[in-house]
Amino acid sequence: MRRVNKNRIKKDPPIKQVKQEKRQTTLAGGTLQDKLIAYRELHTKVLFSSLGRMIATPFSSIMTVVVLAISISLASGFYVLVVNIHQLTGNLETSNQISLFLRDEVSDAHAKKLSESIHNNPRVQNVKLISKEQALAEFKEYSGFGSAINTLKVNPLPIVLQILPKNTLTDKQGLADLLKSFQQMPEVDIAQLDLQWVERLQAIVEVAKVFAFIMNILLSAAVLFIIGNTVRLEFYSRRAEVAISKLVGATNAFIRRPFLYTGFWIGFFSAVGAWFIVTLIMLILRGSVERLSGLYEGDMHLLFLTIPETLFLISASSILGVVGAWVVLFYELRSTKLQ
Amino acid sequence: MIHFLNVIKRYEETGDVLRNISFNLERGEMAFLTGHSGAGKSTLLRLIAVMERCTRGQIIVDDQDLSLVKESQLPFIRRKMGFIYQDYKLLNDRTVFDNVALPLIIAGYGHQEVNRRVRAALEKVSLQGKEKKFPLALSGGEQQRVGIARAVVNKPPIIIADEPTGNLDPELSAEIMNLFRQFQQVGVTILIATHDVSLISQLNQRVLKLVHGQLVVS
Ligand SMILES: Nc1ncnc2c1ncn2[C@@H]1O[C@H](COP(=O)(O)OP(=O)(O)OP(=O)(O)O)[C@@H](O)[C@H]1O
Ligand SMILES: [Mg+2]
Repeated sequence: MRRVNKNRIKKDPPIKQVKQEKRQTTLAGGTLQDKLIAYRELHTKVLFSSLGRMIATPFSSIMTVVVLAISISLASGFYVLVVNIHQLTGNLETSNQISLFLRDEVSDAHAKKLSESIHNNPRVQNVKLISKEQALAEFKEYSGFGSAINTLKVNPLPIVLQILPKNTLTDKQGLADLLKSFQQMPEVDIAQLDLQWVERLQAIVEVAKVFAFIMNILLSAAVLFIIGNTVRLEFYSRRAEVAISKLVGATNAFIRRPFLYTGFWIGFFSAVGAWFIVTLIMLILRGSVERLSGLYEGDMHLLFLTIPETLFLISASSILGVVGAWVVLFYELRSTKLQ
Repeated sequence: MIHFLNVIKRYEETGDVLRNISFNLERGEMAFLTGHSGAGKSTLLRLIAVMERCTRGQIIVDDQDLSLVKESQLPFIRRKMGFIYQDYKLLNDRTVFDNVALPLIIAGYGHQEVNRRVRAALEKVSLQGKEKKFPLALSGGEQQRVGIARAVVNKPPIIIADEPTGNLDPELSAEIMNLFRQFQQVGVTILIATHDVSLISQLNQRVLKLVHGQLVVS
């Protein structure tokens, strides 16, 4: 205040540089420390007043949050699904078992002899013989075709030898050689390495992963545009306030601030909402996944979003909200007329 | 403090609204801007606030050529000027207190300083006790005085007023003019647009008269 008075009394100085002017006016509010405190106060106040405004006029912002929460939960739910399938196929990798489907004319006794001779093979750890009857019983139990199968006159299922290679045999070439030697036996109809369908499943998971990645990029763009649009509507409804603030000396940064916080809050709450939706879905799925896990004798347990993933989701969404708001304001502030 | 040099303002639709305006207001000087309705008074004041730019000529405020000032520097120039608008330009969804506090918050004043200054400014325009009211719950004259309080709250070196007493009774008008005189005495430059002839004759200050966009007395 004393400064200003001094300014008033002193005679017009020669033309000053614009830069100097700026420094002078920004310091007019008191010491630098006062300034910093006031600045922090302002930020906190604006942060919560923009939240307050969202709650006071909930319609458009809540609609936006709901729409975004659902879309984000779709994408992150898909991501969780892919992660879970990946885990499943990861577990299956260890079961590199070979199944030999024997020809129909091979008798039980012959099959038994064959299984013993295979057991003596140094590259084989264990052989399990599944008779036609056992196979049928098992099929009945898991397929749900129980009574339909009872009407069959002949058992269509072949005898199966399940062979577990030695643990030392881990390379693909060795397994393929072993498979080939079985394939050439006259009793064997089909020799199948179970690894093959695991590999196929893994390939599908790879595709799903790429798809999830693309989905997330598209979704980020959607978040950006949807939040940008909501902020734009908010900006229009507060044009008078913006114009008046400008007229009493508000910088663009000052005007932008509450809108950036609005974008932040929308992004933040959308991500939190999405997290709840995904977690809820996983809780609902838990029972059936445990049953599935039992079928595979596996130690598969359902994976939820981890803490780092959750933090990433929330911060990415919040940042996208701020960026969307910023881009919109950049264009809107340029075109705002002051009358 | 405020220099106009051959300023022309032309609108596409209405043609030349201000023609070749030149005048010079010294620091601490007070002047009235008069003229018939549509003479261009508000337009001239809008050029000072850089709500619009002039078509030709030069306007210098506090040694800065307004046509050379960059967009990003405008806020800092506007903070030197307290503006009182013909249509008040108040925020109707904010209280009287918040309206008056706006320039201080924008300039980054702390909470206590804001409180103190807002109360002082409201007292000067005889509006103490109305802090918590909303503008639309006030009379026209009261709204006008909120606008005046907002213009003077950060003690700007320049005050520009467009019909500041348009809605006030003679007594309140005299009070507001007194307030302006006090500011003038500590060195504030004041330009008041009005067609209130009695007010002008009372104060015996410099008069700038516009007729169809031309300055006839200055
Ligand atoms: N944005 C605009 N576009 C076109 N013409 C305009 C614009 N603003 C003002 N004018 C014209 O400029 C002329 C002067 O207007 P201005 O508002 O400056 O008058 P004034 O002297 O303030 O009148 P009053 O005493 O009624 O307030 C008017 O004829 C008006 O039509
Ligand atoms: Mg006017």
